[in-house]
Amino acid sequence: MHEFSIASAVVATAAKHAGGRRVTVVSLRLGALRQVVPDALAFAFAIVSRETVCDGARLTWESVPVRVRCAPCDRTSTLERLPLRCPRCGDGGVAVVAGEELEVESIEVEEEAACTA
Amino acid sequence: MHRVKVRVAEDALDANATIAAANRADFDRAGVAVVNLMSAPGAGKTTVLERILGDGPTIGDGVRVGVLEGDVQGSLDADRLAHLHVPVVQLDTGSGFGGECHLDANMVRSALPLLPLDDLDLLIVENVGNLVCPAEFRIGEDARIMVSSVAEGDDKPLKYPLMFRTCELVVVNKVDLLEHVDFDLDRFFYHLQAVHPGVPHLEVSARTGQGIDALRAWLARLPDRVGAPA
Repeated sequence: MHEFSIASAVVATAAKHAGGRRVTVVSLRLGALRQVVPDALAFAFAIVSRETVCDGARLTWESVPVRVRCAPCDRTSTLERLPLRCPRCGDGGVAVVAGEELEVESIEVEEEAACTA
Repeated sequence: MHRVKVRVAEDALDANATIAAANRADFDRAGVAVVNLMSAPGAGKTTVLERILGDGPTIGDGVRVGVLEGDVQGSLDADRLAHLHVPVVQLDTGSGFGGECHLDANMVRSALPLLPLDDLDLLIVENVGNLVCPAEFRIGEDARIMVSSVAEGDDKPLKYPLMFRTCELVVVNKVDLLEHVDFDLDRFFYHLQAVHPGVPHLEVSARTGQGIDALRAWLARLPDRVGAPA
C-alpha cells in the first residue's frame, strides 16, 4: 500500500501551498505508467489528511495518457497499452514524454471574504 | 468565506526527490557508488548478495563493498550477511506510516551516520521485497538492479512495468530451476523488451554460482562508470 506514503506526500505538498488556509479540493495529474490506484489513493488520503489543513478535502485526479516520442519517425504518439514501442514503425527506442506524472496540479482553499457588514 | 484555486504544479514526491539528491551528493563526496537492489519477496536478493560477497569484502580490482540492509524481517538478513566481513548496516523500517513496504530517501538518510562511507567504493542497498512501492521512491542511488526469479511468472514485466522500466540491470535468478518450472525465458525477455527496450540483463543462479562472476564484474565497474569524484 504505497498509496499511504504517496497520500502523505500529497497532503504535505498541498499544505505547503495552502499557507495555513483550509484546503477543500486537491487536484492531481496521475500518469498511466505510475502504478497508483486512484481509489486506493483517495481512501488513503481521507485517512492521512485527518487533523491537517486537508481534513475533509475532496481529492480529484486527471489521468494522463502515455505519450512516446520516436526519433526515427520524428513523431509523438499516444499509447493505450504496452509495449512501449512506436506504433508507426515498431521502434523500441522511444522516449516517454508523458504518462509518468504524479503531480499536485492545484488546490482549492477557503479564504475569509472581506467583511461588508 | 469564498474559495480560491491555487496552482501548485509540483511533483507529489518532490520532498523525497530533494532528500534523495542530498543523499546522492553525500555519496558522491565520499566517492561511493550506490546500488538500489530490488525484487519481489523470495526472488533471492540476499542469497545473491551472499554469493557476490562470498570471496571477501572487495570485488573486482579492490572495490570495497558495504551493505545497507532494508528488508523488513528485523535483522534476519543482516544476520545472514554478518559472516561476510563486509560492513552491514541494518535499517529499521518499522517506524512511520506503513512505510515498511519500501525504503525512501529519508530512511536511507537516517542511516548515513552509521555507514563507513570513507572506507567504501560501492554501497549496495537491499530494498524491501516488493515490486510496486520501492519503484516509486528514489533513495539517491546511481543504479537500480532488480532481481526476478524463474520461480515467478514470465509475465512479471507487464504486471510491474514501473519497476522494470526504472532499473539499469535485470538479473534473472534461479535459472538452475528452468527445467522444473513453466517459466519461458524467451517470453520473459520479449515482455521485458516491451517495457524497457534495451535494458541489460544477466542470467544467474545464486545456488550454483552461474553468472555470479558476470554480476560481480558489472558491480565492480559501477564506481568507474559513475565517475565518482576523486
